[in-house]
Amino acid sequence: MKYTLSVLVENQAGVLSKISGLFSRRGFNIDSLAVGIAETPNLSRITIVVNGDEYLIEQLEKQLNKLISVVKVKVLDNNTISRELALIKVNANSKTRFEIIKIAEVTKSNIANISANTITIECSNTTDNIETLIMLLKPYGIKQIARTGTVALENGDSSAK
Amino acid sequence: MINGAEIMVECLKKEGVSIVFGYPGAAICPFFDALYKSPIQSILVRQEQNAAHSASGYARSVSKPGVCVATSGPGATNLITGIATAYMDSIPIIAITGQVRSDLIGRDVFQEADITGACEPFVKNSYLVKNTADLPRVFKEAFHIATTGRPGPVLIDVPIDIQQNTLDSFEYPETVDLISYKPNTKTHPMQIKKAIELIKSSKRPVICAGGGVLSSGCKLDLVAFAEKTKIPVMSTMMGIGIMPSQHELYLGMLGSHGTRAANRAIHEADLVILCGARVGDRSLATPNQTTERAKVIHIDIDPAEIGKNMSVDVPIAGNVKEAIEHFNNEIGEYKVPAIWTETLSSWKAADQKEPERFEGYLEPKSFVALLSKKVRSKAILVADVGQNQIWCANNFKISDGRFLTTGGMGTMGYSVPAAIGAKFARPTRDVVVVCGDGSFQMCFNELATIVQNNLDIKIIVMRNTRLGMVREIQDVLYGSRHAVTILDAIPDFQKIADAYGIPSAFLSSDDDAENAIDEMLNTKGAFLLVCNVSPETPSR
Ligand SMILES: Cc1ncc(C[n+]2csc(CCOP(=O)(O)OP(=O)(O)O)c2C)c(N)n1
Repeated sequence: MKYTLSVLVENQAGVLSKISGLFSRRGFNIDSLAVGIAETPNLSRITIVVNGDEYLIEQLEKQLNKLISVVKVKVLDNNTISRELALIKVNANSKTRFEIIKIAEVTKSNIANISANTITIECSNTTDNIETLIMLLKPYGIKQIARTGTVALENGDSSAK
Repeated sequence: MINGAEIMVECLKKEGVSIVFGYPGAAICPFFDALYKSPIQSILVRQEQNAAHSASGYARSVSKPGVCVATSGPGATNLITGIATAYMDSIPIIAITGQVRSDLIGRDVFQEADITGACEPFVKNSYLVKNTADLPRVFKEAFHIATTGRPGPVLIDVPIDIQQNTLDSFEYPETVDLISYKPNTKTHPMQIKKAIELIKSSKRPVICAGGGVLSSGCKLDLVAFAEKTKIPVMSTMMGIGIMPSQHELYLGMLGSHGTRAANRAIHEADLVILCGARVGDRSLATPNQTTERAKVIHIDIDPAEIGKNMSVDVPIAGNVKEAIEHFNNEIGEYKVPAIWTETLSSWKAADQKEPERFEGYLEPKSFVALLSKKVRSKAILVADVGQNQIWCANNFKISDGRFLTTGGMGTMGYSVPAAIGAKFARPTRDVVVVCGDGSFQMCFNELATIVQNNLDIKIIVMRNTRLGMVREIQDVLYGSRHAVTILDAIPDFQKIADAYGIPSAFLSSDDDAENAIDEMLNTKGAFLLVCNVSPETPSR
């Protein structure tokens, strides 16, 4: 099962390598990891998606908490908004261009760039919806994909702080 | 004006440090120079790994952090095994390394090594100091982190220019301000209550005591709790010495090299109370078998240990001392059913067997037992790693003394340097090393440190001309093919002692054992006793 962890860390040199080192050392596999400055500039929020079971997630949470630069670890539940940004460059010619633009529209994606032979689609959505988009675009020939990994926050009033 | 190196010394003084163990090099010269001018004693070891082991032996003997110092590059990398050993054994040490000039970091200059990166898995925290003004805060935090919560090593890497730069004045912070580090020591009343209920309803409880009991300083509380309730106690290797060895409730060491009584007890118990023990694989290879029959209460300062190796019914995250104090106050009249204590006593009695003897050799187990009768009260025995360690763990009888060994990492060559740290910490106590001929050859360079500082340390080398413990594995699992475990070309250890000016003796029969021990203990200063042990002698 996939779990999403929201990890608030102090913005210190080496904190990312401490965290990624912990994952490889303890044999946890990262699905995705996204980092950025959090609500105060001395803190970053790292959103990590991992595949595992309850035991593994509990271990992970505890081990992360032991790192001195980790301020707070929260395993997010379903009551969460999670988004990923994907840029997908797909082959497009005069015959297929319109279809592809249609697909982008239906999936609430944007056209970020267009050239004689390609279209680059920008999609901010849940990981599942991005997967769907990729599936729809596959037949046209995908040239490149860049994805940010998931960022997530709890819905409403609760705050992982 | 005060420079960075002097600030570092002032920080150590503020932390009550009176001694450091180290080895110099260009990048750490400013610091050693400042130490030279200070009242803090700098002890030159003969290899950096041993500086860390000495710091560990010191820390364990006085319940204060030990400090080791090395230069950049190879000096720092030599420290790693010692730091990792302290980490696995949860011993608070501060490792200070010199580093190349801060503006040159990352350019692979002479003797540059990314030591904070390399030590990442083995430290509680590390600092690469980029600014002289940060030094007081870094030292304050480092000592705080090393000694609170679950103790462990902290590394401070200081580039040479940071040691040389000056500030107008020195000020040491009164408190630490770490938003992300607030170890919880308070135990939860609800959990204590649940634990008490579980204990009261148990019929076959056992206590398994580990190193955490010693580091939290609640040895006596635990003994009192056991005596009050008559709950039998076993220990892990790191917990040896918590219970007096001869105590009627003591079952001995748990684990693959432990006593049958302890191993049987943990499998037949209906309640296991883990106190500051993480039940590593060498202590309990099949935790699932135990939890099928038994409920488990696990007290540990490190929440991450609870439930890691064994599923737990009542987790108590917090200071073991606090938990045991609660137990003592709240347990009431509960007593273990006599049938359980009687059963265990009979298992213990069945464990007593005469060790096998080999003609022309000393029998090491009875020797170790005899040694424990001869040393003075409060003696510190430091065992190395291998069969020698198991002989000591199972046969050295402790009443109020200490047993030091590396149970977590099992680093050969630990004993002599750790004993040096212990002797500096406790100069008036008997400090005795027992090591193998393999492990001695990993650390006998420290004989020079012993002599240079006139340390009264007695060293016993179990000369079985084998890497005995591995030889034993080969006999069982590898058809007795003794690949690279034959220590041929064994040096004449007495000549080595002689080369350092240390008196020595050779012992190869049980009949002479008492005299040899007397001679060793009655000799002033260091002494080396070489014990000729049969290569065939088993660990248990
Ligand atoms: C640094 C290190 N290298 C290798 C080992 C693996 N090892 C464990 S016990 C042992 C044999 C120790 O031999 P010796 O010191 O002669 O002691 P004995 O077992 O014979 O008492 C070895 C090689 C270890 N524990 N530490």
